[in-house]
Amino acid sequence: MQRTLTIAKREFRGYFNSPAAYIVVCLFLTLMGFFFWNPFFLINRASVRGMYDLMSVLLLPTAPALTMGLLAEEKRTGTIEILLTMPVRDSEVVIGKYLAALGLLAVLLACTLAYPLSVSTLGNLDWGPVLTGYLALLLEGGAMLAVGVLASSWTDNQLIAFFTSGIICFAFWIISRFLPFIPQGAASVVEWLSFDYHFQDMARGVIDTRDAFYFLSIIGFSLALAFRSLESRRWS
Amino acid sequence: MNDVMIEADGLSKRYDGVLALDKVSMQVRQGEVLGFLGPNGAGKSTTMKILTCFTSPTEGSAKVNGCDIVTDSLGVRSAIGYLPESTALYHDMLVLEYLEFVAEMRGIVGEDVRKRVKVVVEETGLGDVISKEVRTLSKGYKQRVGLAQALVHEPPILILDEPMSGLDPNQAVEIRDLIKDIGRQRTVILSTHNLAEVQVACNRVLIISKGRIVADDTPDGLRDRAGKSRCVVTVQKQGSEGFAKQCEAAFAGIAGVDRVRAIDSGSEAELSFEILPKGDDDLRPAAFKLAVDKSYTLVGLRREGQNLEQVFRELTTGEGATEGAAS
Repeated sequence: MQRTLTIAKREFRGYFNSPAAYIVVCLFLTLMGFFFWNPFFLINRASVRGMYDLMSVLLLPTAPALTMGLLAEEKRTGTIEILLTMPVRDSEVVIGKYLAALGLLAVLLACTLAYPLSVSTLGNLDWGPVLTGYLALLLEGGAMLAVGVLASSWTDNQLIAFFTSGIICFAFWIISRFLPFIPQGAASVVEWLSFDYHFQDMARGVIDTRDAFYFLSIIGFSLALAFRSLESRRWS
Repeated sequence: MNDVMIEADGLSKRYDGVLALDKVSMQVRQGEVLGFLGPNGAGKSTTMKILTCFTSPTEGSAKVNGCDIVTDSLGVRSAIGYLPESTALYHDMLVLEYLEFVAEMRGIVGEDVRKRVKVVVEETGLGDVISKEVRTLSKGYKQRVGLAQALVHEPPILILDEPMSGLDPNQAVEIRDLIKDIGRQRTVILSTHNLAEVQVACNRVLIISKGRIVADDTPDGLRDRAGKSRCVVTVQKQGSEGFAKQCEAAFAGIAGVDRVRAIDSGSEAELSFEILPKGDDDLRPAAFKLAVDKSYTLVGLRREGQNLEQVFRELTTGEGATEGAAS
């Protein structure tokens, strides 16, 4: 456990040692500002409802960008050799790195609190759905990051990791849009599998443990696979 | 005996069907500095990666500090300090940050982190660069940081993969002396393809070639194997076509000569011959007299012991000196 935190701490600091994390965060916030305020005054209502959809789209490229280097870069440079010959379990390495990415996601989400705060000065904002909305973002973002860590464990090339996890997350996000073309029986299954189906519930202000369970299982499953993939170097 | 720190039994490793390591067995005792010698691709790094639990053997087993590398890999990894061939460190960290990170990962807690880091910084002479970013360091300093991270938790066993490669001669000597110092209290395995390093730093040498151990001896023992000293004579070229052949025959006629071989003199105008004695006689006086008698213009005459390099070449290319001379 101690080692997991040591790794998480190092990775989290590492984000701020390079400009990459700043660029990603700035880009995220800039795009968000642009797309949020444009329709806001058209609708003319003190609501941040549209913000969650926007952020969930923006997370699609952001999450893979945050995770792509976590394991791939260690493999490329060879630092993984020192890391994995320390007395640390592979699972501790994977979880430590994941926690660092989750930490940065939390920072990113905290920055966006400026939106509900400023909206609340313009009108009467209902904070209940804001809270569940952020919970939904944290869970969906967390699932995307876990997929990102998994993709990063498959390759030693950051770009490949970025696109692999980007494509997987995009697929999970978009499938709910294809429901009309899917046969009746399969549709409910596909719908259940999609990120958006579970996300929308929570963004609307409904907390359903099944939705949370869905995202948590994606996280658990991805990290377990990443752990296996790291371990596979020892399979003879 | 109970002081066996590393024990490997029939280790084999196959990468995609290619046999990189072929039933390597060895024992390393406490306090030994073992030089692991071999050409590139011989299996040195593979052996080290197996012993440090970075990868697993296809066959065979090994125990490090009494822990099995497969079933108790955490125990093995707690007992070793490892410097991989790449010396890949986290470039974005400060030297101090990096060493503190490693110390924490190695299970050192609280106050002890600073204390231990301070000790290894002194041991490895990193005092001047401690607040620099790792990426800005020279190769020699990076290597020291690599050594420092391997030492920070005072492991009883050190495994160093080519710790002196890529360094300039001064740096290499410094690192070598450092390792020699460290080796006084610990068991060390270091790999290299530089023989001079082995001669100085190690008290035992394993030569590995094509995945097999081909020699296991002390540096002196290996030199004894090569045995005889040789005499190298250089003369100026003279007119006639067959002069080289004549010379060779003449030198071969000296009493006590085993064989003569023309070697590269490094100059168009000169001819060099290597003369090997049957026993361990000094052939220089006889060669000099012969040159005077035949009125050869002698420009060089020296006697040298066979060095490890020749032994190494013989053992790893599979051709003995005899066949080498005949061809």
